[in-house]
Amino acid sequence: MIVDSYRFLPRSFRPLYEGNGPFRGEDAPVWAPFEKRLQASRIALLSSAGLYLKASQQSFDLTREQDNPEWGDPSWRSIPSNTATSEIGVAHLHINDEDILADPEITLPARLLEQLAAEGVVGGATDEHLSVMGYQDRSLEGWRLQTMPQLVATLRDREADGLVLAPA
Amino acid sequence: MMPAVAEERRAPRIVGVEFPFGHPFGMPGDKAMQRRVLELALRVLAGAAKFGTRVDLDVEWPVPIRDAYKAWQPNEASPIVKKLLATWGRA
Repeated sequence: MIVDSYRFLPRSFRPLYEGNGPFRGEDAPVWAPFEKRLQASRIALLSSAGLYLKASQQSFDLTREQDNPEWGDPSWRSIPSNTATSEIGVAHLHINDEDILADPEITLPARLLEQLAAEGVVGGATDEHLSVMGYQDRSLEGWRLQTMPQLVATLRDREADGLVLAPA
Repeated sequence: MMPAVAEERRAPRIVGVEFPFGHPFGMPGDKAMQRRVLELALRVLAGAAKFGTRVDLDVEWPVPIRDAYKAWQPNEASPIVKKLLATWGRA
């Protein structure tokens, strides 16, 4: 089966996504071989669903996006792997959040990853996973200059061997 | 969910799922479906031999397309969608 990438996208929006090619200056392949065995590797997750901890973290800034529709909050949140469903909030104006709030594993399967670690499929999971809000301005400047260097440093600090990125 | 776009944007390893937005690992409460996606992602992460490897998951979304198409969308259009619709409406 070949996935239809546009099956759930309104037809009028398809030209906004299709045929754009790589971002400027990013046409060269970026490749890091995965050299360890999966059973010996620590894995981290990254979701772009705008997840945050309601009791201890600020929501992604949706007010500014309402005022400036071309802008999206480029900041990030750390989500502990043992976070309870009831502790998670979703700040994302482009998707219906009902299913995510009911079962955050559909965007950030932290418990499932822990289970795979317990079964020996992977060596382990990082104690914390990463969350961003995927609607960003076209330049991606905030992500390029601030967020991504911080995420890379965090992943290195947590000694992650691999990262699974899940777009929302 | 949009693996063709990930290919255009030069993602090094890609797993394609034909799921609605907001559901990259599948249906809420469906642990078996979520596991199929995550296990495939891990296999591609660790086993892809070269840049641009794409593997699509052969799982059909278990909700009729008309319902699923509406269900993923927010109750209120996002600010940029409102702006685009207003622009297109004036064109």
